[in-house]
Amino acid sequence: MTVAVDTDLALELRGVSKQYPGTDTAAVSGVDLQIRRGEFVTFLGPSGSGKTTTLNMIAGFISPTAGEIVLHGRNIADLPPHQRNLGMVFQNYALFPHMSVWDNVAFPLVERKYPKDQIRERVRAALEMVNLTGFEKRRPRELSGGQQQRVALTRALVFDPPILLMDEPLSALDKKLRQRLQLEIKRVHREVGITFLFVTHDQEEAMALSDRVVVFDQGRIEQVGTPDELYRRPATRFVAEFLGDSNLIEGKLVERDGATALATPECQIPLPDWPGGREAPSGDEHCVMFRPEDVKVLPADDEGAACRGTVRDVVYLGSEQRVIVTTETGREVTVRTGGETTGIPGVGGTVGLRFSASNAWLIPTGG
Amino acid sequence: MLKLAQQTTRRLRGIHLAIPLLVLLVAFFAIPVLELVRRSFLDPDGALTLQSYGDFLGTPAYRTILFRTFFVAVVCTVTCLLFAYPYAYLMTLAGPRLRRALLVLVLLPFWTSLMVRTYAWLVLLQDTGPIKAVLAAIGLEQVHLIRNTTGVVIGMAQILLPFMVLPLYNNLQKIERSDLLAAQSMGATPVRAFWRVYFPQSLPGLFAGSVLVFILALGFYITPVILGSPQNSMMSQLIVRQVTERLDWASGGAMAVVLAVLTLVFVGLMSRVVNVQQAFGGTVDKK
Ligand SMILES: Nc1ncnc2c1ncn2[C@@H]1O[C@H](COP(=O)(O)OP(=O)(O)OP(=O)(O)O)[C@@H](O)[C@H]1O
Ligand SMILES: [Mg+2]
Repeated sequence: MTVAVDTDLALELRGVSKQYPGTDTAAVSGVDLQIRRGEFVTFLGPSGSGKTTTLNMIAGFISPTAGEIVLHGRNIADLPPHQRNLGMVFQNYALFPHMSVWDNVAFPLVERKYPKDQIRERVRAALEMVNLTGFEKRRPRELSGGQQQRVALTRALVFDPPILLMDEPLSALDKKLRQRLQLEIKRVHREVGITFLFVTHDQEEAMALSDRVVVFDQGRIEQVGTPDELYRRPATRFVAEFLGDSNLIEGKLVERDGATALATPECQIPLPDWPGGREAPSGDEHCVMFRPEDVKVLPADDEGAACRGTVRDVVYLGSEQRVIVTTETGREVTVRTGGETTGIPGVGGTVGLRFSASNAWLIPTGG
Repeated sequence: MLKLAQQTTRRLRGIHLAIPLLVLLVAFFAIPVLELVRRSFLDPDGALTLQSYGDFLGTPAYRTILFRTFFVAVVCTVTCLLFAYPYAYLMTLAGPRLRRALLVLVLLPFWTSLMVRTYAWLVLLQDTGPIKAVLAAIGLEQVHLIRNTTGVVIGMAQILLPFMVLPLYNNLQKIERSDLLAAQSMGATPVRAFWRVYFPQSLPGLFAGSVLVFILALGFYITPVILGSPQNSMMSQLIVRQVTERLDWASGGAMAVVLAVLTLVFVGLMSRVVNVQQAFGGTVDKK
């Protein structure tokens, strides 16, 4: 790694672990991660996977049992939170109920002993950026959930921290408002241009917001990548299943008519020109992932069908629909189709399935 | 008009539930108090006069007792506060078991009689008692812990402690701990975070506890009688003397009325002070 890359780094975690006293398993173990300046990175994972613990170690509320946390080239693992200069938005916002919106936003500037006129100017500009002008004198409880959220965001950004940390900041809001605030957070990220570190257990939110997503499971990083990489090329079975719907089909890779095919007891899935086929030795058991949009429902007697099955469920999702088909061996395959409903029989009908080779993904062995 | 009448009846529908208590209050509290107030304005012949008030406020010895009573109440309140705040704070941090133990410990005094506890203090504080022995050992023979205001304050503060701890704990337990973390993430040292974010939010509980302790302290009788001395008596002792020894209901009543009025004024002033609460957060003027 060259020096030029290093100066580009905002934050680096090196072998960071945390074991809470009185517990016998580590909440976070051996986390290595590099975050570039200006990046929007999301920690995604199921409940209890160590996202909050990792974020709190970065913020300084928890000290790691091992490892280094390097901020702009300096190990800050032993620095108390108030000296780290990081912005943080809490899940419950942690707005100070006894202070007005104005005083809440001014708090970090007052603590940093900014001159009065500068505080006034900054707070005014910050509130203007999130459209909260006119709310200065209100107490936090006199604001709606979305407005409180925006105050919390403003307060964490007003002192120009190099990194903003957010722990599930939207989880208390309803879906509509959440989507609106996601857009707003993205806009703020573009405008201020600093590094954002966001925690969520909602994979759609992670995909919508992030440049890169860090998938956590049981205190470890499963995979780091762009939303597209994680969706198209998951490193493990866990990632494939955690992000979006997936069909994981296990079978033997065989040669058929000069091309690779995936053979299971009930299916022969031809995978012509499939790059994954060259990586995996044929004859072995493998797990291949097909996303629901890469599977097609055909009439039962269609020659091109890889296998047949029974429609178990059809779920209408407006512009598209999800069809769940059970094959002869009881395997469930999820298919996402466009708006066209013709040719798909109702529940209980027999259909054929065709799998598209171009987006098939071989889950690496051991994953 | 009809609507208003309906609303009023609806609002008063549950009133009969309060009737037993209201009857008790009127019969055994309001009527005697009003009677005492009435007598304080009468001379021995039954004519209207302010003589009793003049006598009370014009006698230096009485004014000293009045002043001492308020002084003791203030010292008790501050003492309770200094002990109760860290205790209540610890209760909010403790796990469920330790918290229950701490709560029982603070409620224990409620389960033993006031008299028993006060005599217990007498045993501990008297000149032949263990505390005095310790003080003597470190060269403080001159300090007397009993038959003076010190003894009264010690005994009263201990007895009044629960009245401070409970409202405070009730308040502190509602303050979000993440507020302290948030303050630190914004550059406040832990000490600054406490004073600017935690302490202001604890003021309502602090005020409620202080008012309770203060008012109760002003009216204490048994503890000052046992641990204090006639030379250091408090208003309650003085009033009892007027009424039971001199049978002077007028002057006893006048003293009680003055004490009550001053208490109300004092509490009113304190609530003003606490309303400045905003000042703790409002360090920046808003153009
Ligand atoms: N203070 C603590 N003491 C002991 N164990 C803890 C403590 N805080 C968290 N843990 C444990 O550490 C693990 C990771 O917790 P963490 O809060 O980091 O998960 P998370 O990914 O943020 O989950 P969620 O999505 O539910 O917020 C969990 O198993 C949790 O039970
Ligand atoms: Mg969490």
